[in-house]
Amino acid sequence: MAAQNLKHAFFCAVITLIISYPILGFNLEAQGINVTLTGAGTSTIVMVLLAAVVVFLFQLFRESVMATLKSIPRPLPQTHKEPVAENKRAKIESRVLTAIIVLALFWPFFVSRGSVDLATLALIYIMLALGLNVVVGLAGLLDLGYVAFYAVGAYTFALLSEYFGISFWMSLPLGALLAALFGLVLGFPVLRLRGDYLAIVTLGFGEIIRILLNNWTSLTGGPNGIGGIPEPTLFGMEFGRHVKEEGNSSFHETFGIAYSGEDKVIFLYLISLVLAVFTALVIRRFMRMPVGRAWEALREDEIAARSLGLSRTSVKLTAFTIGAFFAGFAGTVFASKQGFISPESFVFLESAIILAIVVLGGMGSQLGVILAAIAVTILPELAREFSEYRMLIFGAAMVLMMVWRPQGLMPMRRIHIELKKQE
Amino acid sequence: MLDVQSLSMRFGGLLAVDQVSLEVQEHEIVSIIGPNGAGKTTVFNCMSGFYKPTGGKILFEGQAVQGKPDHKISRLGMVRTFQHVRLFNQMTVVENLLVAQHRHLNTNLIAGLMKTPNYRDREQKSLDRAAYWLDRVGLMDLANREAGNLAYGQQRRLEIARCMVTEPKLLMLDEPAAGLNPAETKDLNQLIVSLKEDYNVSVVLIEHDMSLVMDISDRINVINQGRPLACGTPDEIRQNDDVIKAYLGEA
Amino acid sequence: MQDLLYFSQQLINGLTIGSAYALIAIGYTMVYGIIGMINFAHGEIYMIGAYTALIAITGLATLGIAWLPVILIVALVCAMIVSSAMGWAVERVAYRPVRGRHRLIPLISAIGMSIFLQNYVHLAQGSRNIGFPALIDGGFQFGPEGAFEMSLSYMQITVFVTTLVCMAVLSLFISRSRTGRACRAVSQDLGMANLLGIDTNRIISATFVIGAALAAVAGLLLGMYYGSIDPLFGFIAGLKAFTAAVLGGIGSIPGAMLGGLILGVSESMTSGYLSGEYKDVVSFGLLILILLFKPTGLLGKPEVEKI
Repeated sequence: MAAQNLKHAFFCAVITLIISYPILGFNLEAQGINVTLTGAGTSTIVMVLLAAVVVFLFQLFRESVMATLKSIPRPLPQTHKEPVAENKRAKIESRVLTAIIVLALFWPFFVSRGSVDLATLALIYIMLALGLNVVVGLAGLLDLGYVAFYAVGAYTFALLSEYFGISFWMSLPLGALLAALFGLVLGFPVLRLRGDYLAIVTLGFGEIIRILLNNWTSLTGGPNGIGGIPEPTLFGMEFGRHVKEEGNSSFHETFGIAYSGEDKVIFLYLISLVLAVFTALVIRRFMRMPVGRAWEALREDEIAARSLGLSRTSVKLTAFTIGAFFAGFAGTVFASKQGFISPESFVFLESAIILAIVVLGGMGSQLGVILAAIAVTILPELAREFSEYRMLIFGAAMVLMMVWRPQGLMPMRRIHIELKKQE
Repeated sequence: MLDVQSLSMRFGGLLAVDQVSLEVQEHEIVSIIGPNGAGKTTVFNCMSGFYKPTGGKILFEGQAVQGKPDHKISRLGMVRTFQHVRLFNQMTVVENLLVAQHRHLNTNLIAGLMKTPNYRDREQKSLDRAAYWLDRVGLMDLANREAGNLAYGQQRRLEIARCMVTEPKLLMLDEPAAGLNPAETKDLNQLIVSLKEDYNVSVVLIEHDMSLVMDISDRINVINQGRPLACGTPDEIRQNDDVIKAYLGEA
Repeated sequence: MQDLLYFSQQLINGLTIGSAYALIAIGYTMVYGIIGMINFAHGEIYMIGAYTALIAITGLATLGIAWLPVILIVALVCAMIVSSAMGWAVERVAYRPVRGRHRLIPLISAIGMSIFLQNYVHLAQGSRNIGFPALIDGGFQFGPEGAFEMSLSYMQITVFVTTLVCMAVLSLFISRSRTGRACRAVSQDLGMANLLGIDTNRIISATFVIGAALAAVAGLLLGMYYGSIDPLFGFIAGLKAFTAAVLGGIGSIPGAMLGGLILGVSESMTSGYLSGEYKDVVSFGLLILILLFKPTGLLGKPEVEKI
């Protein structure tokens, strides 16, 4: 047994060297049309060797290492125990939530503009992730082209404002509805496909939409995108220094305060906050409604669900459409925040980030997804030196989560339902 | 109420079910028995709409249902259980029962968001129905457990309760006693009879446990290698030479 | 005559690309046939093969070795070794621990792996695309002077012939060797094969290694053919190859070859007669249509769902 272990450990160490040394140990550099090869620095080589040694030792003492790991108590124990009494929990929950929302309302007035801007981005990701959570976490449909609906929302607003001068508030429902319509139309044919095929097809759809946006230059401006997208107004008051649209007034003049560029940023943040809370509450209701239970039932066992009279297509379609709706919502806000959009913002990577948020937070768990969205947007900013490793870490985290904790950092909690005994 | 006429099912070159006929009257328990691989579950799969039969007719209350999608057949009142229990494992026991009542609920999204009186009313009724059946099968105390964490016998009972909350007219049970101990089998026996007597449900049963089959069936159909072998009351089947041969082999 | 030459040119280009797609598609189809999952990271393994080959080629050039066959063989062997090791490691780390769990789980793990590998190479080698020396120049020219000339380059012939050789070796391996027979047994019924004493873990590893080695061959060939590579180069190619595998019928090796060729030709026809920008739209569109109307592909066997 020991000899076997040693052999295996040695083999794994050699594999580690083979997969890391050539790629990390040599750097290809393009100089004009010529390519030259330089060896990497000593530190890289030492790291590679160290990695091989670590793999060797781990494989050699695999059993005892795993046993030690198991004996460490988990920081977040899985909630298999009976949940706390529903009314008590609801009380605590609603208090904490109110406190957080009040805090979130006043916080931006005391911090820098950059932080508020980042927080707005985090809120947009929260909306996206909550929407995707319906599709992936609840209904169990792996949608890899989710970013397409985000793009539909953003482009709807950009185009409507460019060609028809329609405002943010009008575009918000229109963008969301159009995205939902896209979800409905695209979803209808593909939702009878099996899980992994569905993933690929949605990925294909996402790419097709991006390519179309990139090449339909006459309408979308192609790779150059669309600029000059207006900011939202507050009852006809604009937040710019000068009023752009006729008939509007200016916020700072109306209230007789000095013009400040921060007002606009804070206003956008507040809108995003309201929309994110709206998204969370609506989806939370859905989860407790027949439709939410049907989503989960279909995820758990499609055959059994069908045998009980659930229609696969219509249940999946509602999930897909509702997910798309909130992506359209987020897209409109995003377009307004950036003031400029191009197909660059809607690549597959973006879908992958949103998926990573859902997976890390815990599929189906709203609180988990919200926290993960905040972490994923803010952590790379806090640790800028690591920001280039962001996607590397996401990828690794997705694999590790699936292997060790597929239910996510904050697993979904079941709703406790009180029953009265019937005679 | 159910009339299956010369049903056939072919998979590529394999004729899994060949000209099987079956009749179920109202208020009746009919069993399908046969050796392993005889095609019993395939018959069920055709009846419940999971497979599209390649030949024959299935009439339910005079209406042809062969080839209809499974969820439509289920909505007509023909509901089944599975040979290997299929629960929604990560959902709680009550939620399993609520899902099954989907078509009794107000599924209008706006009504649900607004919590209209009609929505609340129907939601409450389905909760009551769930509570009733949980009590009936003795799972009331486990109502908020995850279904996947129940013991095997409890899962079996939950699966039957899940069918019953849909208020079916015909219940199709695929080996409900598989994996149960004798005491549990006895309870199951009583439960199935009570479903017929007290709730006026007809039952089609696939079963290997002969004592169960002989005890409760009104009539028995025997299938062997996809073909019908015999049909009759338990007593007739017990004395049928073909059946004895098929079961004991030609010694 | 001109039209015919133009058409033949597109056909040749399509068959070249298509046969390389087929090589990558084998990896998808074999893995799917055995464990029923999409190895999302396969495109990245192909990309790593291309990078390793380029590193080997540049390294040899630095050492002053210029004899073409040596360069090609060393590059091919290096690429195959690194890619195979990568394929083995990926299966071990990301797929084996989640095998048999809910369908979504291995799939998400695979996507995570794909993102990880893309960024691994990105961080190590930079995100810019790097020129890949053509090594094999020249070819045949057909058609009149001054008008459209159809060309068939030695490079194209190399791609095509190498693919055929690889396919032939693979078919022999699958049908004749002990491991090949075990592979077929495992793909028929994994549980049964296990009971019969086949070390299924070993066979699954072997499948990943073989698929990765073929992807590495494709990496070297397409790197030379396209003339440049970058870390994202595997993603789209992987998607195309997956399309090819599905088109031919996933699980079927001749299907992968057929699917690859059809996809390659339809792409080059789109570029030749419509516009190069829409060739991806055509291949994804093709994929969607096939999955909708004939999910078993051209040569695949229908799956019977079991309860």
